[in-house]
Amino acid sequence: MSAVIAFKNVESMQVAEADVMAILPTQAAVSPAPTLMEHAPSAQEDSPALGREPGRGQRLVRGARELAKSVVPPLLGIALLLGIWALFSVKNNSIPGPMQTWDAAAKLFADPFYRNGPNDQGIGWNVLSSLQRVGIGFGFAALVGIPVGFMLGRFKFMNRMFDPVISLLRPVSPLAWLPIGLLVFQRADPAATWTIFICSIWPMILNTAEGVRRVPQDYLNVARVLGLSEDKVITRILFPAVLPYMLTGIRLSIGTAWLVIVAAEMLTGGVGIGFWVWDEWNSLKVEHIIIAIFVIGVVGFALEQMLLLLAKRFTYESR
Amino acid sequence: MKPIVKIESVGQEFPTRAGRFVALRDINLAISPGEVVALIGHSGCGKSTLLNLIAGLTRATHGVLLCDNREITGPGPERAVVFQNHSLLPWMTCSENVMLAVERVFGRKEGKAKLTARVVAALEMVHMEHALDKYPHEISGGMKQRVGIARAFAMEPRILLMDEPFGALDALTRASLQDELNGVLAKTGATVVMVTHDVDEAVLLSDRIVMMTNGPAATIGEIVTVDLPRPRDRLALAEDSRFAAYRATVFEFLYRKQLKKVA
Ligand SMILES: Nc1ncnc2c1ncn2[C@@H]1O[C@H](COP(=O)(O)OP(=O)(O)OP(=O)(O)O)[C@@H](O)[C@H]1O
Ligand SMILES: [Mg+2]
Repeated sequence: MSAVIAFKNVESMQVAEADVMAILPTQAAVSPAPTLMEHAPSAQEDSPALGREPGRGQRLVRGARELAKSVVPPLLGIALLLGIWALFSVKNNSIPGPMQTWDAAAKLFADPFYRNGPNDQGIGWNVLSSLQRVGIGFGFAALVGIPVGFMLGRFKFMNRMFDPVISLLRPVSPLAWLPIGLLVFQRADPAATWTIFICSIWPMILNTAEGVRRVPQDYLNVARVLGLSEDKVITRILFPAVLPYMLTGIRLSIGTAWLVIVAAEMLTGGVGIGFWVWDEWNSLKVEHIIIAIFVIGVVGFALEQMLLLLAKRFTYESR
Repeated sequence: MKPIVKIESVGQEFPTRAGRFVALRDINLAISPGEVVALIGHSGCGKSTLLNLIAGLTRATHGVLLCDNREITGPGPERAVVFQNHSLLPWMTCSENVMLAVERVFGRKEGKAKLTARVVAALEMVHMEHALDKYPHEISGGMKQRVGIARAFAMEPRILLMDEPFGALDALTRASLQDELNGVLAKTGATVVMVTHDVDEAVLLSDRIVMMTNGPAATIGEIVTVDLPRPRDRLALAEDSRFAAYRATVFEFLYRKQLKKVA
């Protein structure tokens, strides 16, 4: 079942070394620049040998070409997907085609926020309640994971102590924790949140710890030479230096959480996009399931982009 | 005059995978207040290691280092460091970087306005007042180095430790920063220990040049006392025969007596 899929995805969510490297504030290389020459007029600026500025028309053409380059390939990709889907639906009668799905979607999104009792609510409510669960579970994970990550990064002893525990628990599918949540909380809703908490916490801990470990020795030396107090070291040096790593952790966590919530809700029921998919399956509204797949994809994509934007804001070199 | 820094039979060993590595042995040096000392030697001989010991960033495995007759057990605000790679914090503006140091040293005694005035004065001293609100990545390498120097000077340290402060800069920037430094030292009278690779720089700036032998187990080979009047003018000195003689002495040591065998 879906749990298997979720499991695989979760397993691949390790500390993305490449991501961590990409946002690592590189040790600023000192680039030579002759300060004496700073205000000297540049001979190149008005040198006729360098050629003229491109004209307006030329620039327009170049702009259009750039636009085409960035827009055409993605459109082609999506068209290909729709094509395969349409072909598939022609061969297999139980799968609705793109047009049929579009019509259903138009109807569905005409009123996304209706409420007919607890088990029949608009898709908007379902998405929102899934997001809320992810938000709460993730929030608790951040509250616990970031301080723990700081400790593991700062103190070797702690790291050695918790390393086996984390190595053992991290590869476990968060859904395996669901029954424990149900048992402890006695209700479905907090149990789903608990599952999100468990799957969000590992990337937070590991990335934060890695960030703390990679704070350049130079910065720590600055702190020592200036004799900064421990709280200043944390707020002025460690925290800003680790922030990009933390944001990577957050991004991975939220990505995983969004994968897991759908599966968790299928198992627990209530209101939520996962539950909604399951409900539509039970009433055999396959076009709704396809719509849900798109909605889940779009929301996941939006979350990822938002966090990437945030991470960019806190990457010091390129700001 | 009583020395401000005393280094007594200091040795430094590092544990490595291939056993203990002896970086420094038997270093003896006394530095007087207001003196400018240059440390020169081939790459890898242990200049940074020695500077870090004086800074208190590392502890010696043999011997003792004294500052004002008290053993150096860690870094202190009276010993400011200008790092080899400037080490400005990239998430703070230039003025915030300097403020971090100023706050630490004077924050308890002085109000906000006074502290800000100190920051501005320090940056003005290195002609960087135009970059108060710029981030380090928005200014050139030479400018970063100047802000690093301003940060160190803003602490009004009695001892200034500089690890190749101008090492990564082009010749023009380097010359202008050297002149700025000479001016600032004349004003503040700080004691300076400066690591350098540049023989001209050593002669131009320092009162004594400490020349180190090649590692491993490096130690002080010779010490040259530079007896040139201050203020020193780079152009006048270029034709001064004494300048040329000091220069020749250092070159002689580095390239005849301690020639580094390049494999
Ligand atoms: N933490 C350490 N562990 C092991 N060996 C070290 C350590 N720090 C320095 N060394 C060794 O000690 C020697 C001296 O290093 P140091 O950095 O002081 O040289 P340096 O004179 O500053 O060189 P450069 O001019 O290239 O900066 C080198 O051989 C280096 O490999
Ligand atoms: Mg060095």
